[in-house]
Amino acid sequence: MTLNKKLWIGIGVLVILSPLGVILPDQFKAGTAWGEWGLDEIQMMTGYVPQGFSRLSELWKAPLPDYAFQGWKGKDLFSMSFAYIISALAGIATITGVVLLIGKVLVKEHE
Amino acid sequence: MHIPDGYLSPATCGLFGAIMIPIWRRASRAVKKTLSVRQVPYLAIGAAFSFVIMMFNVPIPGGSTGHAVGGVLVAILLGPWAACIAVTVALVIQALLFGDGGITAIGVNCFNMAFVLPFVGYYVYTLISSDSPSGSGRRVIAAGAGAYVGIGAAALCAGIEFGLQPILYHTANGQALYSPYGLNVAVPAMVLGHLLVFGWVEVIVTALVVKYLQKQNSVFFKGERS
Repeated sequence: MTLNKKLWIGIGVLVILSPLGVILPDQFKAGTAWGEWGLDEIQMMTGYVPQGFSRLSELWKAPLPDYAFQGWKGKDLFSMSFAYIISALAGIATITGVVLLIGKVLVKEHE
Repeated sequence: MHIPDGYLSPATCGLFGAIMIPIWRRASRAVKKTLSVRQVPYLAIGAAFSFVIMMFNVPIPGGSTGHAVGGVLVAILLGPWAACIAVTVALVIQALLFGDGGITAIGVNCFNMAFVLPFVGYYVYTLISSDSPSGSGRRVIAAGAGAYVGIGAAALCAGIEFGLQPILYHTANGQALYSPYGLNVAVPAMVLGHLLVFGWVEVIVTALVVKYLQKQNSVFFKGERS
């Protein structure tokens, strides 16, 4: 088996294990990453919403917000794990495409 | 470590975007010069790896979460400029598709995770590994140390960027306009979280993969003495 193939299998294993990234924080009652709170969380922590923050924070509507489907916030762990794996696959497919394209444009055969 | 929209002022975001443009240009030139067509698939794997390892949120029980970046490993294997490109692609897709990291903060997030992290990590790795043989245990330790210092340096940068906001941007009555916590809170929160907890994932993954690849073949360690 080529090294390339082995490494892709490694990535595949990481994709399958990726739901640990939602399950473990849930089990250990850990919240949002530091500095990545939403509007309501900032309001709760500081007692106000910084003006510039409220203007900019909802600037972008991502198609798969927080690695889940639109409106899935607060769903059960099983659903979130499923969405997480789909997100991982979608992200990896897009990223691989972009990097191969960049490679095609930048890298030419030297010899 | 993905700074969202609204935490940093537009000026701060613009500044870091402007800093990143020549870095990206230089990275493109370096990749063009040093990477062979045969290595491009590995660059894709590196970017995919960085993306997926960032999905592993590690909890601090009852507290916050964080994750590894994988950028030091890519820097060790393909060089820091290639790592810069790989992690940049991962960060841009994270921001656009998943809203992880702000659109306005792409420049600053790339500065921290696609520039500072791989470069600091890479230089610590080369410093410690020095001219040790490509299969040596010293290289594995050097890789782990590079990962640790690299992610710590990136977290420090993020902490400073967050922490400067309330000093620079506030209303007349002292309310912050953007990120509300000063350096005394932001820097320890970012640095300690990463040095005590999340950074160890970066260390373990980096060291383990380097060890594995030493055994597989040393295509990645060519140019280094064997």
